[in-house]
Amino acid sequence: MAELITYRQAVSRAIAQEMRHDESVVFLGEDVAAAGGVFKTTKGLLDEFGDQRVRDTPISEEAILGAAMGAAMTGMRPIAEIMFSDFLATCWDLVAVEIAKMRYMTAGQVRVPLVVRTANGGGLRFGAQHSQSVENWAMMIPGLKVVAPSTPHDLIGLFAAAVRSDDPVMFFEQKSLYPVKGEVPDGEIVDQLGTARTVRAGTDVTVVALAAMVPRAVAAASVLHDEHGISAEVIDLRSLVPLDTATLLQSVARTGRIVTVEENPRLCGWGAEIVSIVGEECFDALRGPMVRVTTPHIPLPSADALEDATLPSVDRIVEAVVKLCR
Amino acid sequence: MTETTTVAAIPRQTRLRMYRDIVRVRRFEERAYKLFMDGLVKGTSHLSIGMEAIAAGFGAAMRDDDLTFCTYRGHAHTLVRGTPMPRVMGELLGRSTGVCGGKGGSMHLTSVEHGVMGSYAIIGAHLPIAAGAAWSAQLRGSDQVTVCFFGDGTTNIGAFHEALNLAAVWELPVVFVCENNLYMEYTAIADVTAVERPAADRASAYGLAPIVVDGNDPEAVHEQAARVIQRARDGGGPSLVEALTYRHGGHSRADPGTYRPQEEIDAWLARDPVPSYRRRLLGDGVAEDELAAIEMEADADVDAATEAARQAPFPAPEEAFTDVWADGGSSWRN
Repeated sequence: MAELITYRQAVSRAIAQEMRHDESVVFLGEDVAAAGGVFKTTKGLLDEFGDQRVRDTPISEEAILGAAMGAAMTGMRPIAEIMFSDFLATCWDLVAVEIAKMRYMTAGQVRVPLVVRTANGGGLRFGAQHSQSVENWAMMIPGLKVVAPSTPHDLIGLFAAAVRSDDPVMFFEQKSLYPVKGEVPDGEIVDQLGTARTVRAGTDVTVVALAAMVPRAVAAASVLHDEHGISAEVIDLRSLVPLDTATLLQSVARTGRIVTVEENPRLCGWGAEIVSIVGEECFDALRGPMVRVTTPHIPLPSADALEDATLPSVDRIVEAVVKLCR
Repeated sequence: MTETTTVAAIPRQTRLRMYRDIVRVRRFEERAYKLFMDGLVKGTSHLSIGMEAIAAGFGAAMRDDDLTFCTYRGHAHTLVRGTPMPRVMGELLGRSTGVCGGKGGSMHLTSVEHGVMGSYAIIGAHLPIAAGAAWSAQLRGSDQVTVCFFGDGTTNIGAFHEALNLAAVWELPVVFVCENNLYMEYTAIADVTAVERPAADRASAYGLAPIVVDGNDPEAVHEQAARVIQRARDGGGPSLVEALTYRHGGHSRADPGTYRPQEEIDAWLARDPVPSYRRRLLGDGVAEDELAAIEMEADADVDAATEAARQAPFPAPEEAFTDVWADGGSSWRN
């Protein structure tokens, strides 16, 4: 059996699944318990698991991640919510300098099995301080796993894998996807980190996307097929670290072309790393330049007309691919 | 019931343990300084010379399964929990026998099996982490207490406030200990702080009692430590202790500490915890021979630790690529 649920509902189902699975899983964040989350992603968890395991915190992001880290170091598996991924900047020391480095600095004496979940990305007209797509910030820090699901089904399975991982995982929920529905089978779902998924097979070009850019890449592939006779293969990376380079390189070896679709701003976006790997390891297979479609290197504006002009759109993806394949 | 102000006499064994810890840390730190000058210890190091009584007083009041979080000035706190000296010295010398196999160095000494949950080198970072360990102890019902040491400069960073507030509202079994040695790095804490007592004067903001203790008196430290640790263990929540002390040297190896007035240095040197505790123990009838034996043993331990570290192999270069992930490796791709 399967049910049709939203990406938003998948979040609470995923957390509940893991809290039922393991007593050491606890959950903390701002407005996550009594209020059920500002995005209503965590409704019902307080009722089921009680206020010892589901905790409202003060607006203290360093305290949230510090509490999660200290608990993770001493036998718990905390899930910490940072309400908007923009707020990671207020506790970046904990993310990048403490959580990410502790196992290494102590030669493996300490493990930090925690998940930081956060609402990432634009499209909701929130303006420059509540819309950033910052998965590339996390990707550049050694010691962090970085996951960003594109469907409700993937969200549950990858979240379970993140909670069960003994490494710290940054889990980016793209907030424009919260109302999107998808089919999810009944029962426990546990996926595997570091595995990309080929969403649509194709022969002319490999389009690599993540999170909210996946449905746009898939829509672009339909247009490319119907209107331009171009067969695009779409790969959903699902996690940036670990990175499934095998799936990526095998695809580019067949198609000879690669386009990345990134919501993060241009400079040092994750696509730059992807194309550098392809350039180093798959150069002979290339039939044209490697192309990146990204949000331009600007802060995000608020107005509909302005924000829509910045995030990678179906039209921009189509245009880039047509130009490459011409 | 009225709160008693008479404190049970500290057992002789505990007093000798504290003297032993003070002397061992002093001798270790002096040797670490010398090894730096000899070029055997690299990077930087932050010594606790003059501040040993705080580590000794708290160390003697902690249960074996209690947890220590400390800063980059953490040799003392690491040693008093029982971490073997050769492994601490090995870490300073970058040897494979070091507590962190050479990956941590002086600023990141950690020995989980001795309850030393890490030495943290970003000011304030470990206060919320210590709160998290205390939260875990509360959730697990383990009865453990977490003790978190930090310097006076930490009281002006945001993480201090976030951690104190969270610990207070969640009534966490954690003791925050401010080692106030009057200087942050090169600047006097008094010159940049709105209140006179950087930690104690903030305590009321978290509903906590202001506690100031003479950090050069191991028995005063121990008495407070035993009280606030018991309070935490009994579910009474966190405490914030300000221990007044002085570092005899500069902030780090690179700092001769010349910004401090000579009269101030002289006044604090006269209160050096090593000779003053020695005098006190002698005055209380402890035999000279017994103290001399402790000192000789400390010297021998430091010599042996130094020799062991010097003889120990350097880590193999490939060790740089281990321990990033739980699988033991460093791979980020397939």
